[in-house]
Amino acid sequence: MNTTKKSKPRKNPVVMFIHKMGSPPWFYNFTGKFIPWLWLIFGALTIWGLYLGLVKAPADYQQGESVRIMYLHVPAAWMSLLIYSAMAVMGFIALVWRIRIMEILTMASAPIGAAFTIVTLTAGSLWGRPTWGTYWVWDARLTSELVLLFLYLGVIGLYNSIDEPRKAARAACLLALVGAVNLPIIHYSVKWWNTLHQGSSISLLGGSSIDASMLWPLLIMAVAGKFYYAANLLTRARVTLLEQDMRKGWVREILKEKN
Amino acid sequence: MNAIPASGSLSRAFFALLRRDLLLAFRRRTELLFPVIFLLVVISLFPLGIGPGPQLLARIAPGVIWIAALLATVISLDALFRSDFEDGTLEQFVISGHPLTLIALAKIIAHWLVAGLPIVLLSPLLALWMNLPMESLGVLVLTLALGTPILSLIGSIGVGLTISLKKGGQLLSLLVFPLYVPILIIATAAVMASSDSLPYTQFLGLLLAGLITSVTLAPFAAAAALKISLS
Repeated sequence: MNTTKKSKPRKNPVVMFIHKMGSPPWFYNFTGKFIPWLWLIFGALTIWGLYLGLVKAPADYQQGESVRIMYLHVPAAWMSLLIYSAMAVMGFIALVWRIRIMEILTMASAPIGAAFTIVTLTAGSLWGRPTWGTYWVWDARLTSELVLLFLYLGVIGLYNSIDEPRKAARAACLLALVGAVNLPIIHYSVKWWNTLHQGSSISLLGGSSIDASMLWPLLIMAVAGKFYYAANLLTRARVTLLEQDMRKGWVREILKEKN
Repeated sequence: MNAIPASGSLSRAFFALLRRDLLLAFRRRTELLFPVIFLLVVISLFPLGIGPGPQLLARIAPGVIWIAALLATVISLDALFRSDFEDGTLEQFVISGHPLTLIALAKIIAHWLVAGLPIVLLSPLLALWMNLPMESLGVLVLTLALGTPILSLIGSIGVGLTISLKKGGQLLSLLVFPLYVPILIIATAAVMASSDSLPYTQFLGLLLAGLITSVTLAPFAAAAALKISLS
């Protein structure tokens, strides 16, 4: 990489930035500056969103107070899908260009995504009990969310079973990619198979059939979810980098500075 | 980087490999029977577990037979690359200069002929045991004929990823079962539709589409997986 820099001294700043992010010490130091802010924004948004959702927003005329579970359930469901898509994109980049940081980021995403999926399923079944009269039904959305959890567990399982970290990450990236190709097919086949879940009340293009007093806390919580993902992801990636590069010079220098 | 194979030798390599794999499989005939016996045993457990009522058995027959086929396939999958991986043949394939995708495809086809085709051929007997209506029998055989190759194809990706692990088998089932969900749903829907005398050709069309898609894509993914496992 150094030789290419020498031959072309003036590079597009965006390309330079991407190149720099691929270097572990640079990535470590750069993200270190942001992480406290990401956690702070996440905390502020969550408090704000939960206050609006749990205190200010009205109860639903049909679902009563249990509708407030939505402010956790729906953003978590969005995040569970978003993180899997992010894993597919990052995994593709990691496999094609063999960027180590991307491998680490993809693998660090998997437990966060799995956690969001579990939150979605748990919150959903707690909501289903008063509303549908049952904790679990084999409904399309529930089932595809469950299959998504299995896909996450498969990626995590494969990553943890192979000893050599880079090989493990590449294998798990490929699996995430295969899963991402299959996910829409799984989703539509399951949807066709059985549908009980209500349709989505929010749509990006058409009008949303949800009142603003309920929409705002939902959107704030959704943004909070993204900040949580970013903060958690970068924190995890930094720890993994330190672990993997334990014996390398830049980690020793950081340790020296800290002491 | 390697010597480019002479023209025509690509298909020759493909068929040579196919023949070799089939020959190896038939030299170990007892092992060949394990998945089939497994299938028979699993199917026979269902009437014992839930009662011999012919109505109930007929109702669950498509699902039971298909799930047993899934399990039998996953059990046999591990043999797909295992022995070649352990004795180093797989590495020789990689450096032979032939595309690994083609090699993977030949091995997958051999696997299906050895492990998938017996399930298809055996399915009339299974349908008889499970009291499946005679009219649905043809559809069941068709779904298995179209569906079991997809199981082998998708499964080959999972095997490629887990081949370097000592205990890959348990992990393999976690990796591939979620990917099998659409096939299970579509195939059993076809059989159920035919036993309710509803149209079922659209499901067979979907299975065929799935087969074509997975024949086209899965060997590439399997080859990529093998390369990662061998690195």
